[in-house]
Amino acid sequence: MNNKKNNAILNNALLIAVLLVSSSVTYAETPEEKGLAIAVESDKRDTGFADQTANMVMQLHNKHGDVSTRTIRIKTLEVIGDGDKSMSIFDKPADVKGTAFLTYSHALKPDEQWLYLPALKRVKRINSKNKSGPFMGSEFAYEDLASQEIEKYTYKYLRDENIKTEEFPNGIDCFVVERYPAYEHSGYTRQLAWVNKDRYIAEKIEFYDRKNTLLKTLTNNGYKQYLDQYWRPNEMMMQNHQNGKSTLLKWEGYKFKTGLSDKNFSRNSLKRAR
Amino acid sequence: MIESYTRWIIRWKYLVVLASLAVVFAAAYGGQFLGFSNDYRMFFGENNPQLLSFEKMQATFNKNDNVLFVVTPKSEKVFTKETLAIIKDITHEAWQVPFSTRVDSITNYQHTIAEEDDLIVDDLVVDPNALTDDDLLRIQSVAINEPTLVHRLISPDSKYAGINVTVQLPGKALDEVPVTVAFARELKQKMLEKYPEVEIRLVGMAVMNNAFPEASQDDVATLYPLALGFIVLTLFVLLRGLSGTVATFIMIIMSIMTAMGLAGWSGILLSPPVMSAPIMILTMAIADAVHLLVTMRHELAIGKNKDDAMIESMRINFRPIFVTTLTTILGFLSLNFSDAPPFHDLGNIASMGVAAAFIFSITFLPAIVSILPASGKREVAGKQIMVKFGEFVIAKQKHLLIGNAIIIIGLASLVPLNELNDQFVNYFDESIEFRRDSDYAAEHLTGVYYIDYALGTGESGGISEPQYLANVDKFTQYLRAQPEVIHVQTISDTFKRLNKNMHGDDPAWQRLPEERELAAQYLLLYEMSLPYGLDLNNQIDIDKSATKVAVTIKTLTSNEVIAFDDAAVQWLEDNMPEISPYNGSPTIMFAHLGKRNINSMLIGTSIALVLISAVLIFFLGSLKYGFISLLPNLTPALAAFGIWGITVGQVGIGISIVTGMTLGIVVDDTVHFLSKYLRARREKGLNAEDAVRYAFNSVGLALLVTSIVLIAGFMIMAQSHFYLNSSMGLLTSVVIALALIIDLTFLPALLMRFSGESKTNTVTEQAGAK
Repeated sequence: MNNKKNNAILNNALLIAVLLVSSSVTYAETPEEKGLAIAVESDKRDTGFADQTANMVMQLHNKHGDVSTRTIRIKTLEVIGDGDKSMSIFDKPADVKGTAFLTYSHALKPDEQWLYLPALKRVKRINSKNKSGPFMGSEFAYEDLASQEIEKYTYKYLRDENIKTEEFPNGIDCFVVERYPAYEHSGYTRQLAWVNKDRYIAEKIEFYDRKNTLLKTLTNNGYKQYLDQYWRPNEMMMQNHQNGKSTLLKWEGYKFKTGLSDKNFSRNSLKRAR
Repeated sequence: MIESYTRWIIRWKYLVVLASLAVVFAAAYGGQFLGFSNDYRMFFGENNPQLLSFEKMQATFNKNDNVLFVVTPKSEKVFTKETLAIIKDITHEAWQVPFSTRVDSITNYQHTIAEEDDLIVDDLVVDPNALTDDDLLRIQSVAINEPTLVHRLISPDSKYAGINVTVQLPGKALDEVPVTVAFARELKQKMLEKYPEVEIRLVGMAVMNNAFPEASQDDVATLYPLALGFIVLTLFVLLRGLSGTVATFIMIIMSIMTAMGLAGWSGILLSPPVMSAPIMILTMAIADAVHLLVTMRHELAIGKNKDDAMIESMRINFRPIFVTTLTTILGFLSLNFSDAPPFHDLGNIASMGVAAAFIFSITFLPAIVSILPASGKREVAGKQIMVKFGEFVIAKQKHLLIGNAIIIIGLASLVPLNELNDQFVNYFDESIEFRRDSDYAAEHLTGVYYIDYALGTGESGGISEPQYLANVDKFTQYLRAQPEVIHVQTISDTFKRLNKNMHGDDPAWQRLPEERELAAQYLLLYEMSLPYGLDLNNQIDIDKSATKVAVTIKTLTSNEVIAFDDAAVQWLEDNMPEISPYNGSPTIMFAHLGKRNINSMLIGTSIALVLISAVLIFFLGSLKYGFISLLPNLTPALAAFGIWGITVGQVGIGISIVTGMTLGIVVDDTVHFLSKYLRARREKGLNAEDAVRYAFNSVGLALLVTSIVLIAGFMIMAQSHFYLNSSMGLLTSVVIALALIIDLTFLPALLMRFSGESKTNTVTEQAGAK
């Protein structure tokens, strides 16, 4: 199992290399190659933002109709050649205000995570292979929110499909790409992503659980383009089909190229992050 | 009028037979829509307060229907490399169970340890084959000292282990439960073949839900052939002729097909109580046919031809059959007052069946009898016995009056001995695997009954408040001190463990965090470390304002459950007045079901009684005899509950409907006896004693025979593996037997005592009766 996955990752890496070198050469693609090519193109178009900050409001809804809100500021540093670094600072709920969460995501190694607990005044490393549990009790898992490195999945292009949304009643032309998590402890067997053909951004993602049944659907709404290049959604809606709960992420105040550096993403910076 | 009607039927007999068959096929076509209900929630009306509370619990936290794999290593040792590897394998495979959302076992238990500044969260057993003896001891010590695990997923003696699969059934399709359980059984079989060194048993709410249709199908396979054999035998003995037997048999099957088909058309789901409807219908339908055909034989025996004999029989029997059908339907319809919807279905299907049996008895039956060759011309034997018995009753009338009164009052005084009890696992008898496995699990590993308490603070993040946590911990300790409690799952344990982990695993810190922010941040850290499906969302609501304390209790009676729950709620009121607790659990729902049902059935039975009495008063044409009839109609159920009180002593929902249901049946005896008695007095001008004599002579045997048929029919139901049906069948049999005795001994004595004949004024009574 592990070996297979490693092989897949290796093959993937080779393919990426080949694709990057020979992207101008046209040849008959397999669905796997086309799926990967779409991921590579998405990644390419999202490269170069250097750093990004944004505010996120997370709204949790349960079946009983209760709503609960969390507010988080997120800073991201683009790392070329490896996964991005990110710092999340929790503002709400009040009990966890000032808690800061630092992540170094990696392409092939497991991500590294630290959490600063202001009440304990200590930084704790999260030593767990689990990236699949609910993030702050929401329907998002950490792995859904983490930096989507190409190598974290293998891909397979399935078909073209026009999907209609409230925002685009005339529909959006999409590639439908199936992707399989490379991480052994992922909570998913596969995901289905609807990638906008013009913009190379995910409009919708379906998540399939370990028994390969539909678990959740993520819908990204209100995409806006920043710096004439980077598309970011205003809202991300995650609906869990099994437990009837949902989580809405509302994003605002996107800023890019604000001059953040490695220093802002060190373990020491966690304590100072406010 | 009846005569010309019957002539008309006989003239058009072929058309009538064809038309009847057409009606049956049209109705029976609906049978294709019948499906089996496989959800214990079927027993609860949508406004049932305990169900609403349970649903709120499930909407706030997660649903927790489950399949529990109980693993027994034949080595009696769970903590060996081999057994742990098996448990890990089952745990891994169990994620494939359809609709599963989490799988808990000792191997994937998220063990937390501190290492410098790391909080390490990992499976308790990662690689069983790499474990040393020391590791095994360490793992055993962690597991059996972890309150979350012991008595739930591991027995304290380390001989039994459990793998609990939580399933979220969407409730959209009827095949969800069978698909889930079938998969679990296949997995069990696969594992047993792979690992012959263990035993595996399956319990849990999903398995129980699946046992409902299985018990029903069991009943169909065993009881239905018995019931059918029983009718053929009874008819043959009574009618001593092939054609009458065949005609009646077909008529009964037609009635059942019509009723079940109409049930299908109206969208009724099959449930174990509903499955007793066909047996009830066939029992009731025999009575109609027997009355008609026995009279016909009598007419044949005195030399009438076939058609004339049938016409005479219809003339004599039409009214009594109509009235008894009407009262029986009223009795069955009273089940609509029950709190448990399956009994509405039972009542409605049985009503439709009884109505169909009546209609076919006066259309199809005369027609087919007229078509088939006549058979059996001999008079029914045994009439003399009843005549002699009548003489005995007349001779001993005073003794019988007093004796009956004393016995009935005596038995009635025993009614309070009955205790309300609905233990849903015990709805299934030991012949059903689910019951045996549940008993096994309860004996060795964990309980099958649970109560969840939601403790809400009403404040966002309020569960981290130290005072609240301290109270939750006190509540947990209170619960653990109760002898009924097997296991308590509580978030306060998690907080204590995390606090210890955060202090370098120092056991001195195995206590609750003292600051709210600290607790909240521990929880955040811990939640970030948990894998898919092992989160805390089943214990904490989304706003972190409420937690759920899950209590597993021993097998208790309904009264004990209610007493336990009342005490727990009282404790919460006394010690945590600021929180608003509510509970949710099938155990609580079933514990209240019997009482709710009896209260609602009291109304239903009263209304049925009023309506049935009105029918009797109208039919008998006398207010006085209408009231006298109340005694033999009501006392059988009263006395039967007294006998039940000293013999069984436990009353559940199956029993709570018996009074209403039997009312319509026992009335039949009274109707037949009284109508003959009154005819003797009014038409023949006989005195009370002679009228009683006449009644015994003309209807005594028929009463005896139909009662025996009814008792036998319900005794077949009493053989059901499903307790609701078997107890209902048994008690109904007792009621009918008592009704027979009372109608043959008490009612005549009453009639003679209150004949109004005080030697002088017979005239007044007769005038009043007009």
